Amino acid sequence: MTQAAPVETEEPDVQDVTELQSPWVTIVWNDPVNLMSYVTFVFRNYFCYTEEKATELMLAVHHDGKAVVSSGSREEMERHVQAMHEYGLWATLQRSDAP
Amino acid sequence: MKSFARRRRGGITATFEPAEAHVLASLAGQVVELLRDRHGTEESSADPLGSAIGIGGPSLPPDDPVLRRLLPDAYRDDDEDAAEFRRFTEKSLTSAKVANAERLIATLVDGGLDPDDEGADEVEVELGDADVQAWLRSLTDVRLSLAVRLGIETDEDTEHVHHREDEGVRAMADVYDWLGWVQESLIAAVDPT
Repeated sequence: MTQAAPVETEEPDVQDVTELQSPWVTIVWNDPVNLMSYVTFVFRNYFCYTEEKATELMLAVHHDGKAVVSSGSREEMERHVQAMHEYGLWATLQRSDAP
Repeated sequence: MKSFARRRRGGITATFEPAEAHVLASLAGQVVELLRDRHGTEESSADPLGSAIGIGGPSLPPDDPVLRRLLPDAYRDDDEDAAEFRRFTEKSLTSAKVANAERLIATLVDGGLDPDDEGADEVEVELGDADVQAWLRSLTDVRLSLAVRLGIETDEDTEHVHHREDEGVRAMADVYDWLGWVQESLIAAVDPT
């Protein structure tokens, strides 16, 4: 039988770690299919954004062809992209400083 | 169809003509078939453990343009990262989409749809919160699929497809528009602003 040996660790400060690394972003791309009302609904429903912020982001996607909807760690952005794909939105992630 | 409305005790209801309910169930069923064609059923998985935890999927994007839209790349300019992400997530994304479509079909059946017989009775669906989420996502998947088949790539194409010579294309374009209206009606009932 075995058990995990106790180790002394200090809780890493997640906030510091994400700020040190180059943060990642989730981008939602415009498409001719998804309804404006639905895209706004998704931003409110999933990211819990206010009606105002969700509408602003939806309009940015619509007019500029894409918008950064969230930023943070790579793992977090991967979860968001996966969720957006389940909603049927076209989303990708990349480093925030990518060209 | 009578549009979606929220009942006083909280449920969201709508009434479909039998033919409308059939079209909707059949289109959702086609999405399920398409997704299953790529992944097979869970029983036939070569890697039961990987399958159980939802990983071990394919790393290459699908050839079929509809599937490519339903299961898009997560990384735009990095094929290696896109492949790795796909390998770990595509199966669970597929399962979620199949479950959403199946839930949509099940609520239509609960509402009186007989999948084998069109019948004459209206189909009245009543949706709880989880049903609403499944419906919105599944309606989106169906609309995305139709849009790919119709060749809709720009906002203008949405209008142009109604003027194509092929009668079948025009009929499909009408269904596509109608599904947009159904979805809009559901959003309005859920989220009145």
